[in-house]
Amino acid sequence: MSKLVPSVAKLLAGNTVTKVGAPVATTSNAKYSTKSQASFEIKPYKLHKLDKGPATTATLTSEDALKLYEQLAVIRRIETASGNLYREKIIRGFCHLYSGQEAVAVGMRAAMRDCDTVITAYRCHGWTHLMGASVAGVLCELTGRKTGVSRGKGGSMHLYARNFYGGNGIVGAQSPLGAGIAFKHKYSGDGGVNFALYGDGAANQGQLFEAYNMAKLWDLPCVFVCENNGYGMGTSMDRSSASTDYYSRGDYIPGIWVDGMDVLATREATRFCIDYCTSGKGPLVMEMETYRYSGHSMSDPGTSYRTRDEIQEVRQTRDPITSFKEKILSNELATPDQLKEIDSKVREVVDEATKLAKSDAEIGTEELSADIYADCLEPTIRGVTPDAPLTHIAVAQRN
Amino acid sequence: MKMALKSSPVVFGWLSRLPRSFSTSSALAAKPMTVRDAINSAIDEEMERDEKVFILGEEVAQYDGAYKVTRGLLKKYGDKRVIDTPITESGFTGIAVGAAFAGLRPICEFMTFNFSMQAIDQIINSAAKTFYMSAGQVPCPIVFRGPNGAAAGVAAQHSQCFGAWYSHCPGLKVVMPFSSEDAKGLMKSAIRSQDPVVVLEDEILYGAQFPMSDEALSKDFLLPIGKAKVERAGQHVTLVCAGRATDTALQAANDLAGKGIECEVINLRSIRPLDFPAIAQSVAKTHHLVTVEQGWPQSGIGAEICARIMESPSFFELDAPAWRVTGADVPMPYARSLEALAIPAKQDVVAAVTAVLGNKISAASSQ
Repeated sequence: MSKLVPSVAKLLAGNTVTKVGAPVATTSNAKYSTKSQASFEIKPYKLHKLDKGPATTATLTSEDALKLYEQLAVIRRIETASGNLYREKIIRGFCHLYSGQEAVAVGMRAAMRDCDTVITAYRCHGWTHLMGASVAGVLCELTGRKTGVSRGKGGSMHLYARNFYGGNGIVGAQSPLGAGIAFKHKYSGDGGVNFALYGDGAANQGQLFEAYNMAKLWDLPCVFVCENNGYGMGTSMDRSSASTDYYSRGDYIPGIWVDGMDVLATREATRFCIDYCTSGKGPLVMEMETYRYSGHSMSDPGTSYRTRDEIQEVRQTRDPITSFKEKILSNELATPDQLKEIDSKVREVVDEATKLAKSDAEIGTEELSADIYADCLEPTIRGVTPDAPLTHIAVAQRN
Repeated sequence: MKMALKSSPVVFGWLSRLPRSFSTSSALAAKPMTVRDAINSAIDEEMERDEKVFILGEEVAQYDGAYKVTRGLLKKYGDKRVIDTPITESGFTGIAVGAAFAGLRPICEFMTFNFSMQAIDQIINSAAKTFYMSAGQVPCPIVFRGPNGAAAGVAAQHSQCFGAWYSHCPGLKVVMPFSSEDAKGLMKSAIRSQDPVVVLEDEILYGAQFPMSDEALSKDFLLPIGKAKVERAGQHVTLVCAGRATDTALQAANDLAGKGIECEVINLRSIRPLDFPAIAQSVAKTHHLVTVEQGWPQSGIGAEICARIMESPSFFELDAPAWRVTGADVPMPYARSLEALAIPAKQDVVAAVTAVLGNKISAASSQ
C-alpha cells in the first residue's frame, strides 16, 4: 500500500530499519554488549475470564534490545519534531502526540507477524512508521506535503501503510472497522489477527460494545486494545467511566491488563493474544495502562485537568524509554556507546525528514480532484463555481 | 418499532390491495418479474460469481429477509456468506466497511434506510472518505442497500427518503431503481463497483411486477451507474424522477397524453452521479421541466436539478420556471388521509405540468 512513497522517502525508511552492529559477545571491543540475552520479570498481568495469561518472564536478545530501543527512540523523536513543527505553524489543524505511550506500539509491533493488521484512532504517527512508512512519509503528511503517506490529503489523523488502516478521526469508529478487518482474516482464512486500538475515552462509545458483541458471536480474530492513558481529552478516566477496569469491560470477552509502559510486557501480552486468537477462540480485550505527556492535542497545554507534578513523576519513574534503557544497560545487553550511536542516527534521520517536511512541495492543485472514486463516473467534478469544473484523476495505482 | 416491520402484516396487507402491475414503457414484455426477485437474482448471481461477496444485516439469513429480498440465499451459500446480525447498525456497518477496506465485497442490508441513521458516520466518514484521505490506498467496495422512503402507514420515523442525504456526499454513488430491470442491472453494477454504492430500494415496489427482457435475465446484465433512462418520450414537458416517483410521473404522463400533452419521462436511475446531460437534452427539446420525488423539498433532488439548470445554458431553454413536485415539508403523518397528502400523487404532477405549461405560476408559488 505504500506504493506512493517516492524513492527519497524509501531511502530514509531504509535508514530506520537498518540493523545496528551485530551484538557479538566479544570482550575485545567495549563498544559492543557483552551478553547476548537476558531475562526480565514482568509486572503481573490482571486477567479477566482467563485461567492463564501471558508469560511473566521475558527473554530479550541484545539484537532485539537495540531494535526496540531504536523504535522507541524514533517515535519519541518524531513526536518532538511534530510538536516543534506545529509550534512553527507548519503543521496545521490537529496534531496528537504519542510521547509517553511508545512502549505500547513498539512492543505490540515486535510480536506481530506479517499477516497481522492494525487500526487505530488519531494518535497514529508512531504506528504508521512501525507499520512500514518512512519517518519522512509521516512528517511530510503532517505538514501536508507530497512525500506524505497520503500525499498530504489526509493530515495527521489519516495516515496509512500496508496492513495499517489508519489513522481514524472519529472517536470509537475504528473499533467496528477493526472487527471488520478481523472478519476478513477469518473469512479468507489468512491466519491474521487484527489489533483495533482505542483510548480510554472511546472505551465508553456504544459502537465498541456492538463490535465486542459481534466479534464474540462470530469468534473474530480481533484484539481490542484499550490504550488507557488516563484521560479522554481533559476528562480523567474516573470522571468518564463507571468502571475503569477496561480489560474487563468486554464482559464475556476475556481480557488482560498490561503495564503499557514496559515494552517487554506489551510484547509478551501481544504474543499471547496472537496465540489465543489464531487458535479460534475469538476476540480478546487488552488494556494497556500508559500515560501521555503532552496535552490531548497541540491546542491543549494539558495542565488544567492534571498537575505538572503528576506528569513529572511519570517521566521520572515510569518513562517507557528511560526504564527500558536502564534495563538493557544494567543487564549488559547494550552499551552506552551503542545507545548513543542509535540516538544520533535517529536524530539524523528525523532531522533530515523534518527538513524535507518543511521544504517538500505540496501536490499539484490538479490533485484536489484525484482519487475521490476508484472508478469515477462523474464527467467532471464540480469546483467552487459552476464555470470552473475539475477533472477527476487517478493518482493511486488501480488494481 | 422494528418489530412492527419484521412481522409487517400491515404492509403486506396494504401491498395486496395495490395494483400489482406498475406503469412501464416497455411494450416487449417478455417475462414478468417482481422487483424483489430481480434484486434477489442480482445478489444471487454476484455471490455465485465472486467468493468475496457476502451479505449481512438484520434478518437476512434465517428469516429470509424482513422483506424476503434475500430468500433462499442462506440455503444456497451458508452462514459464512449470509449473516444475520444483531440489531446494531453502527456496529455491523462498521464491520462491513472494515471488511471492504480489507478486500472483501460486503452487501450491507439495512432493514430500512431509516435505521441507517444509526450508522451514517460509518457510511460518510469511513466508507465515503477513506479512499480520498488515503490518496487511493484504501478502497471501499461495498453496497449499502434496503428499502428507502415512504412505505404505508408506518408514520414519521419509518417513512423518509434519504436520496438527498446520501447523494450529498462525494465518494458515494447512489442509485434508486424503479423497475425490475433497473433493480437487477443497478444492483449487479453496484456489487461490482470499486466504490461504495448506496442502493435505495422501495418497499412498495418490492411486490410490483415488471417485464424483464431476455437481456435483463442474463447473468451479464449490467446497467451503467450514472445513466438515466427515458421511460417515455414526449415533446411538451420533461418530467424527471427516480424510484417510485417514476410510477407517479408515468401515470400523470398517461393522463396528460389524453389531453394532448406529451411528457418526456426521465427515470434517473442514479442520483449520484446525476445524469444531467440527459436532463439538459430533454429540456432543450421540451423547454419545460417538472421534477418529481417523494423526499422533502428543501435541499432535495429536485432542488439540485433546478440549481444545475439555473447554472447552465439549459436555463435559456426554459419557457417557464421549473417546478418541483416533492413530498410535503412535514414529518410523515400516520392517519391515512393525511399520509396521502404528504407524498405526491398523479394529480399533483398533472397540476404541476398544467401550471408550468400554462405559465400560470402564481405569486403563491414563490416559496
